[in-house]
Amino acid sequence: MAGPSHQTTLTVADEPRAPTSWQRFRKHRMAVVGTVVLGLLVALVLLGPLIWNVPIDKIDFRARLAMPSAAHPLGTDDLGQDLLARLLYGGRVSLAVGFAAMLVAVVIGTLVGAVAGMSRGPLDAFLMWLTDLFLALPTLPLLLLIIYLFRDALKGLVGPEVGVFVLIIAVVGGLRWMPVARLVRAQFLTIREREFVEAARALGASRLRQVVLHILPNALGPVIVAGTISVAEAIIAESTLSFLGLGFPPDTPTWGRILFDAKDFLSIAPHWALFPGLAIFLTVLSINFIGDGLRDALDPRKVR
Amino acid sequence: MTTTPLLEIRDLHTGFHTDEGLVRSVRGVSLTVARGETLALVGESGCGKSVTAHSVLKLIPMPPGQITSGQILWQGRDLVPLSIREMNRIRAREIAIVFQEPMTALNPVYSVGEQIAEVVRQHMGLGRRAAVDRAVEMLDMVGIPDARRRVGDYPHQFSGGMRQRVMIAMALACEPKLLIADEPTTALDVTIQAQILDMLQDMKERLGTAILLITHDMGVVAETAERAVVMYAGRVVEEGTVDRLFSAPAHPYTRGLIRSIPRLDGGQGRHKRLDTIAGSIPSQYANPPGCRFAPRCPLAQADCLAAQPPMTSPSADHHFACFHSVPEAIAP
Amino acid sequence: MTAPLLSVRDLSKSFPIQAGLFGRSKLAVHAVDRVSFDLRAGQTLGVVGESGCGKSTTGRCILRLIEPTGGSVTFDGKDVRALDGAGQQALRRDMQIIFQDPFASLNPRMTIGAIIAEAMTIHGLGRDAADRRVRVAALLDRVGLKPEHMRRYPHEFSGGQRQRVGIARALAVEPKLIICDEPVSALDVSVQAQVVNLLKDLQDDLGLAYMFIAHDLSVVENVSDRIAVMYLGRVVEIADASALYAGPQHPYTEALLSAIPVPEPGRHKVRRKLSGELPNPINPPTGCHFHSRCPIRKLPLCATERPEMKPCGQGHMVACHMRG
Repeated sequence: MAGPSHQTTLTVADEPRAPTSWQRFRKHRMAVVGTVVLGLLVALVLLGPLIWNVPIDKIDFRARLAMPSAAHPLGTDDLGQDLLARLLYGGRVSLAVGFAAMLVAVVIGTLVGAVAGMSRGPLDAFLMWLTDLFLALPTLPLLLLIIYLFRDALKGLVGPEVGVFVLIIAVVGGLRWMPVARLVRAQFLTIREREFVEAARALGASRLRQVVLHILPNALGPVIVAGTISVAEAIIAESTLSFLGLGFPPDTPTWGRILFDAKDFLSIAPHWALFPGLAIFLTVLSINFIGDGLRDALDPRKVR
Repeated sequence: MTTTPLLEIRDLHTGFHTDEGLVRSVRGVSLTVARGETLALVGESGCGKSVTAHSVLKLIPMPPGQITSGQILWQGRDLVPLSIREMNRIRAREIAIVFQEPMTALNPVYSVGEQIAEVVRQHMGLGRRAAVDRAVEMLDMVGIPDARRRVGDYPHQFSGGMRQRVMIAMALACEPKLLIADEPTTALDVTIQAQILDMLQDMKERLGTAILLITHDMGVVAETAERAVVMYAGRVVEEGTVDRLFSAPAHPYTRGLIRSIPRLDGGQGRHKRLDTIAGSIPSQYANPPGCRFAPRCPLAQADCLAAQPPMTSPSADHHFACFHSVPEAIAP
Repeated sequence: MTAPLLSVRDLSKSFPIQAGLFGRSKLAVHAVDRVSFDLRAGQTLGVVGESGCGKSTTGRCILRLIEPTGGSVTFDGKDVRALDGAGQQALRRDMQIIFQDPFASLNPRMTIGAIIAEAMTIHGLGRDAADRRVRVAALLDRVGLKPEHMRRYPHEFSGGQRQRVGIARALAVEPKLIICDEPVSALDVSVQAQVVNLLKDLQDDLGLAYMFIAHDLSVVENVSDRIAVMYLGRVVEIADASALYAGPQHPYTEALLSAIPVPEPGRHKVRRKLSGELPNPINPPTGCHFHSRCPIRKLPLCATERPEMKPCGQGHMVACHMRG
């Protein structure tokens, strides 16, 4: 028996230490697979065009709608352009749009949600009214309007490609922050009333400290999941815009663009739609797995 | 006792499969409840008292929960192999249960009368009118004033103590032979707790229902039960009549529990230290060969760590599991 | 007599209730209704009452975690309600709080060490991170945990151990007063005793004053020098602990005392039973809030006029028309 002075020393020390975030993430097998797949995709679109240097716009009518072969590993489209080259090149744009738009959505959403959740009264009401307003707006007409209004001005300012890119992530991200904002606000409203936040206030922690150290880390789980979903939405939204002729110029073969071009040829050239579809699918799936893994990795309560 | 007890649990083992392995919540519990008696099942959180009681009605989620071995004899008939449908004939009709949280155990969208009448119609085959009359009668019996008028009220229109009365009325409506009361007063204020305990006692005398009272509060045990079973870390450590348990407790854990209750002694407690049980409850994943209480026990010796002490019986109505202790009154 | 460390006079807090869709209704819950008491350095005031009696709100008003709507709080000669930002920050070092629920009161994403060190960081205690670590280790040792626990997370600990962490966090700023908001209610009996003993030891060693909030009279008896009993936002009786237990004056105090189950079978005492439930605090009974459940009320006054606190013995005050 332990002496009286240690009668309260306890059993925890006998058990192994809690795993670090990285260890928790590594144990999430699907998240690791997702990281590898996404890493491969990113490496492919960055380095691929250097190795597979077939021009993306070389038209070859003799090889139109060709099935995959040695000359064209993923086949060709209706103009005989090499799909592998187009996918590799267009992937850069699609992935960049997806990530950038997600960042815009998550940052705006978290800011709006956090400010609304921390302020009681009129500011909260106003921000939630704004969120509802954005949710109620018909997205597509609004997108069209914004792009018609600002495309030329932006093109003049920073050049056509960068201009379109900035515009697209701004509108795609700028119209997807609302669910994040609502999630963050709801989380803030419950977490700010929890006793550990009250304890921090009792210790004299500033509002910023309460938010950054105590509330935000505990609100992050759902936000990460919402963020990963918005990556997928952004990639799809970009293709919608491209399809309507409002996104990147038609000769920029983003994944969405290729998919839409392929839709009329589904019965005679299924491979054309299959490969960009597969690329989007893999990206979205691996990001979702990474999101799950991140959520668990950031939560020390998860032992698994 | 020559007659079959109402409920007899023989060497019950209940566990839960989790990601980290099998949690053995109940590790060989045996107990009996006689007709019309109040048996208290006492212990601290995680000792397995609730899981034992819920195993009787098979209310544990299966999976992950599983009754791995043992028998639960209800008037001589083993409940463990019964199907859910067969169990449903026993639930409410013969064995009823009330839970700790009266807030969550009632459905907010039905009036309390409808909820009681529903149970009565299902199990006693009464008609709609008769079932409502029965609901009014029960509400009146558990001390809800103006029962005829309040039978149409919804749960949110009742206070916490009144909701617990409604729960007890619903549980007793089919005149079960056994009422399992799972910490029925823990969520209530002290003055309300006293009312509910008195009411339970009164109902037991009027209806002859046996009560299996699950509680962590030795004071509640002393005031309401005839016999008590003390559990620690999934095992029964001591069992006996309440009088004997309090006048001459034998197991060091029981003695520690009784000693650590704060007692009123006219405001003189300020300068005394409370007696405590050193350490904390062992991990549910550990499976040591010896006595589960040994690491915290003031009497522990080497043999305690080697083997589980068997039940010894200083008298017919008193059993405990300890190698080294003897029943003895606690010095004040 | 020296001046008390904490002096509370007519402290009030009412929460407005919004009724209806566009309700600017005038209804309000008087959660704390003109509460007054003193607490001396190194002593313990027990505050007892059932749910909704305003005991926790009183504690939070003193800390200004909730802004009171009336009355005064004087701590160490300073008017707490008049303090500006810097003054309030200094006050946070002198007054701390321990919470009821050890599962909700520790940030699940922070290690034990970070939780305890945060207080020092905020108030600039300790020379650097290493020095703060040494202090955290000493605090953990002081509350009966091991220094190596500082790298663990709250979920790895039992309820009693977490409560010790909560105590260490409160001690980190070296306060003079700790408001203990039902610190043992959520714990098992044997663990309750451990935590109560720890609190008493700390008081003896560090000269702390406690305001010890509880929902029944059995736990506070063991820690308190003085005890205040609250009912629906008001203090109904306040006295030295020995006087209160030996001769309770208010019928509610008597009922609370007799409602405690006695761990002695056979000694079924005659309960002073209260009829009825706790009234709704939104719409409390008129006059004396307790008159609707009171077993001894006789005067018509009880239903019409609020009884004021009257002395009824050495340092013993009671708010009852029938007593005092």
